[in-house]
Amino acid sequence: MANLKELSAKPEALGCGHRLCAGCGAAPVVRQILMASDKPVVIANATGCLEVSTTIFPYTAWNVPWMHNAFENAAATLSGIEAAYNSLKRQGRYDKEVNFVAFGGDGGTYDIGLQSLSGAMERGHDLVYVCYDNGAYMNTGIQRSSATPLGADTTTSPAGEVIPGKRGGRKDLTEIMIAHGIPYAAQVSPAHWNDLITKAKKAFDVKGPAFINALASCNRGWRHDPSDTIAVTRLGVETCFWPLYEVENGKVRVTYKPRDKKPVVEFLKAQGRFRHLFKPENKHLLDEIQAEVDRKWEDLLRREAQAAAGPA
Amino acid sequence: MSGDRLPGWRDLPRGGVILEAGNAREYETGEWRSTIRPKWKPDKCIHCLFCWVYCPDAAIRVENGKMTGIDYRYCKGCGICSKECPVKGKAIEMVPESEATS
Amino acid sequence: MSNKVALTGNEAVAYAMRQIDPDVVAAYPITPQTDIVQAFSQFVADGKVKTEFVTVESEHSAMSATVGASAAGARAMTATSSQGLALMWEILYITSSLRLPIVMPVVNRALSAPINIHCDHSDTMGARDAGWIQLYSENAQEAYDNTLQALRIAEHPDVLLPVMVCQDGFITSHALENLVVEDDEFVREWAGPYKPDMALLDLDKPMTIGALDLQDFYFEHKRSEIEAMNNAGRVIRAVGEEYGRKTGRTYGFLEPYRLDDAEIAIVVLSSTAGTARPVVDALRADGIKAGLLKPRMFRPFPAAEIARALEGRKAVAVMDRAEAFSGMGGPLFPEIRSALYDTEKKPIMVNYVFGLGGRNTGTRDIKRVYDELALVAKTGRYDRLVTYLGVRE
Repeated sequence: MANLKELSAKPEALGCGHRLCAGCGAAPVVRQILMASDKPVVIANATGCLEVSTTIFPYTAWNVPWMHNAFENAAATLSGIEAAYNSLKRQGRYDKEVNFVAFGGDGGTYDIGLQSLSGAMERGHDLVYVCYDNGAYMNTGIQRSSATPLGADTTTSPAGEVIPGKRGGRKDLTEIMIAHGIPYAAQVSPAHWNDLITKAKKAFDVKGPAFINALASCNRGWRHDPSDTIAVTRLGVETCFWPLYEVENGKVRVTYKPRDKKPVVEFLKAQGRFRHLFKPENKHLLDEIQAEVDRKWEDLLRREAQAAAGPA
Repeated sequence: MSGDRLPGWRDLPRGGVILEAGNAREYETGEWRSTIRPKWKPDKCIHCLFCWVYCPDAAIRVENGKMTGIDYRYCKGCGICSKECPVKGKAIEMVPESEATS
Repeated sequence: MSNKVALTGNEAVAYAMRQIDPDVVAAYPITPQTDIVQAFSQFVADGKVKTEFVTVESEHSAMSATVGASAAGARAMTATSSQGLALMWEILYITSSLRLPIVMPVVNRALSAPINIHCDHSDTMGARDAGWIQLYSENAQEAYDNTLQALRIAEHPDVLLPVMVCQDGFITSHALENLVVEDDEFVREWAGPYKPDMALLDLDKPMTIGALDLQDFYFEHKRSEIEAMNNAGRVIRAVGEEYGRKTGRTYGFLEPYRLDDAEIAIVVLSSTAGTARPVVDALRADGIKAGLLKPRMFRPFPAAEIARALEGRKAVAVMDRAEAFSGMGGPLFPEIRSALYDTEKKPIMVNYVFGLGGRNTGTRDIKRVYDELALVAKTGRYDRLVTYLGVRE
């Protein structure tokens, strides 16, 4: 159980004065993830909102070692940093204990960063990769990524006269990571801080690569009031749009089951980017979205039951 | 830094690095607030620290596990703290910026 | 104590890398560099190096991981060719502007399309503005020596820029030659321990690397990097002289051959210089005042030295093993011509683009260049500014 009082005594890795938007959903993700590390952290950050807004020269909001290289290579960069650490340690030239963590948005992770992420996971580096998934390339002004949900309005998948927003569903990156056979992968939400911090701690402690996918609202791209960031994220979980689960050495565990599974329209109608879906001619899309959410949720529950039952 | 003469190339650290960790604290994002600000009501506060864990800007002041106030130098006025406060009647209320006393 | 050995260019570079024993090597295979990473992998597997070897999933990640390792505070290297270099292109610029002293052997191979695995210089020429120091090695001996010198050049506090050590693909990389190698103890001492003054892993001084610059700082950061490249020539010369004192093999910016009183001269990089020297000798035997200039250092560009070497000649042919698609021939030509711009006695200068995609360029081809140069020198004019040497019309 994460103890907020204890955690509040720790120094903040990401300090004040950064220029992320008011109500940015990525910031609580980053703060909560880093709170969970009981060792000093060294960070590699992909290009994107987080990187750009926290390090406008000559200012940095980071109180810890932090590096940005390019857009698609946070995982490769961190692999190199971790390799240097291993090398220096092995030679007796470095004796500190460090947790390595990479941050990338869905753009820099699902799309352009997928290759270097896959390589890092496959090679077994001892690091944690955290994706703050706000479902679009937000830093460049809200363009679709492979993480953008079906029907969402973005500037490169606009809701137009003929096409109602993004075509096709989301890539399931968490499952792709699980397929790499890494020791730990999980989905988290900053609205569920206890679940997030518990999982982040597991990810840091596990030996080998760990992947965390965090639902991060962007009030500009999702179009809701900045004060609703946590509330909308919570709805994402309560509707099972974003299941909170973890896979430890291949074993699935759903860590949060909503007492009353809400219909996904509760999540969608809270956001301007889905407003057009509520036109009568788009009802089939709402049904499609609900069907897919249900399918994945049932699938997760089934896999969890199988895992609990033990080997066949 | 703005307003002063900016450093010449000879005075900059090599490779564009920033050596002073966390110096963004010199950039007071509290100036972004224009219309509303959070107002903390200490007598209602149960010190659950939810506002602290959700604040994107780490602008909730906590000491010894108890909330002590809001750092208006950095608070951007997003209102998450108020929205998430679990106390009936709210221990943090969004009020007009003009009500600021400090 | 030095040793005479027989190695290919790739083996010689791998040998040097083993002796340097870097903390991290990130590697990805590509013809004709692959032998380097294979040889190095064997060193790792046999415990002959302490290197942490990262077999990355692309060259872009190879350079990215090497950058991460170097920024972390480790001595890090990688190697590549052609498409691999092209793939790491964006990271090359980042490497130099972050001022990371990475040494990277590049085995020169033509860029696609069409895909071609053989030698030309289009790959490293394409990266000439990336802020990397570039040294061209004529043979396995130079490839070995340049790799060792590159380390000291890169890590010099007045430089701190990455270095490409180039050699011709297949021609040098796969040809067995006799060369002299120094012993492991010499290289250990020559390289010295790596003690960077800034490292990401320094938890006591947490730093931010790779920040965003707006319009108010980018120019100054670039000017600072420009100064490092401006300092590099001086350091390259000093390192080359120190290396010479210690090994007997001295290196500078340029290697002239029978150039002092030459009336006609060719400027050419890398292995083709070796092909040209017997042609020069044959011409000289016939009383023709032919000479040769082989630049070893291309970045920084030794403009003043090239001007001094070529001033006063009657005609000079710059041979380019790459095409710049400017309508004016290859990349070396305009730079060398520009170096002569302010001189009093400018030679007539023409360009020969040759050897693209590994097209063999032998002594007969070189002789043709000198014959045409002789005519240019005699008539005082040229027929063609740019000639494509050896292409079938």
